[in-house]
Amino acid sequence: MRRILVGIKRVIDYNVRVRVRPDGSGVVTDGVKMSANPFDSIALEEALRLRERGEADEVLAVSVGPLEAQQQLRDALAMGADRAILVKADATIEPLAVARVFLALAQRESPRLVILGKQAIDDDCSQTGQMLAALWERPQATFASRLEVTGEMARVTREVDAGLETIEVSLPAVVTTDLRLNEPRYIKLPDIMKAKKKPLDVVELGSLGVDAAPVLKVLKYDPPPQRQKGIMVKDAAALVAALKQKGIV
Amino acid sequence: MTRILVVAEHADGRLNAAVAKCIACAASVPGAMIDVAVLAADGAAVAAAASAIDGVKRVLLVKNAANEPALAAVLAPQIARLADGHDLVLGPSTTFGKDLLPRVAALLGAPQVSDVMAVESATRFRRPVYAGNAIATVEVPAGRPVVATVRVASFAAAPAGDPVPVEAVEVDVPLPTDTKFISVTAARSDRPDLQTAARVVSGGRALGSAENFALIQGLADKLGAAVGASRAAVDAGYAPNELQVGQTGKIIAPELYVAVGISGAIQHLTGIKDARTIVAINKDAEAPIFEVADFGLVGDLFSLVPEIEKLL
Repeated sequence: MRRILVGIKRVIDYNVRVRVRPDGSGVVTDGVKMSANPFDSIALEEALRLRERGEADEVLAVSVGPLEAQQQLRDALAMGADRAILVKADATIEPLAVARVFLALAQRESPRLVILGKQAIDDDCSQTGQMLAALWERPQATFASRLEVTGEMARVTREVDAGLETIEVSLPAVVTTDLRLNEPRYIKLPDIMKAKKKPLDVVELGSLGVDAAPVLKVLKYDPPPQRQKGIMVKDAAALVAALKQKGIV
Repeated sequence: MTRILVVAEHADGRLNAAVAKCIACAASVPGAMIDVAVLAADGAAVAAAASAIDGVKRVLLVKNAANEPALAAVLAPQIARLADGHDLVLGPSTTFGKDLLPRVAALLGAPQVSDVMAVESATRFRRPVYAGNAIATVEVPAGRPVVATVRVASFAAAPAGDPVPVEAVEVDVPLPTDTKFISVTAARSDRPDLQTAARVVSGGRALGSAENFALIQGLADKLGAAVGASRAAVDAGYAPNELQVGQTGKIIAPELYVAVGISGAIQHLTGIKDARTIVAINKDAEAPIFEVADFGLVGDLFSLVPEIEKLL
């Protein structure tokens, strides 16, 4: 079975304007729309396309998080994943612990590829894929904008500061997705119905024998400093005059 | 005392400008003792440059042909070995550092603090989360190694100092061979580097085409500025990916940022919040970019940009 494992994290929706709670204990989540991390949807889409091209037989979607993350896994099944596993973790779970969870699952499921988002848009850590690759002692190809799988190799184009870098990795490997890898498909209504029959297993974090205790302590959250709203100028001449007067140009 | 290992990013025999900013971050840790690790094929020039940055105590040079071009899987086990005896391993939050440092952290079994923007103590750091909509104050445990990446836009480069010794170090660890570098296609440019430029001119979706994007380049050349782009402009193919500014692109802090035809999605604003002066030119007076702009100008960019260029 040529399997692809993808990670799906439940996060505050991309379009929500996130606000810090007045007491600094976190951000406002009550009544806030939750969605799959957008980079994870790109990971899933890429896995589905590989399966459709005959490069994989099964796409397994995995989430580590609260019971409510079943919703995001149901969406993943509706998009086309074959089965899903929720590793139930109610407390804060750090990237290294998530990487250990994925390692335990990778050892059990023997995927040829693990595709994860390059970062989650909540904690913006950008760590889990690289950490998993290290623990699994496998290659990593982060920030992928193009992925070609042939035989036991993957050729990956990466978005790096200098431009586009291409590397080749032996499989199995960990790939993390950048924005331009693909555009995820929309979920169709009949697929939502079909997804209800697909297997979604819930396993307790404790059952995996993984050290998942948080090591970092977040003491508080502050709102970011606000920029002062500036002035509007009426035309190009006024703009250049204002910039010259301030000694900016 | 906090023993810190800073990982040097370099290419073509030149030290990346982000490294001096990492060293500034490291130097702001109370009781910092700073070593810089240079992993290179030759690395003499890079090590010499690193050794002449104020605050550095020692440069560790690991020469190995396998170290260039840089691959995280190859560098990580060597850095994990060099990290022995250090409390903190730091690298820039560039694509190089973001790729490499978590791999090092996992090999060390250490937690990572990403995008450090301020140091409050040897064990307390501030970092942005939720695209910069919240700032978290994070406490790391004392007495065990910690890895961190540095949000380079938050730190001014450490100044030049008296050169310190460069020590050649042998690192005897097995290196993986299952990752191969094939190529990098970088647009060669005479313009300043986007991440460290004092001035940046960025274009958005309103430019309408890759041809029209030349308008941005013209203004940038006049100002001696680097060129940036919004995600929308990159997605539409008007500008290459390496020019993207924002949450998932580059976070920059120039003296002057000129946003042309950029509406100002929160993910874009995250990337420019630390700019000294923001100028926005947009035909939509309601565009969110005007909420953060020091100088706003409503109008047609196709007539305004050439006009501004002429007046400069």
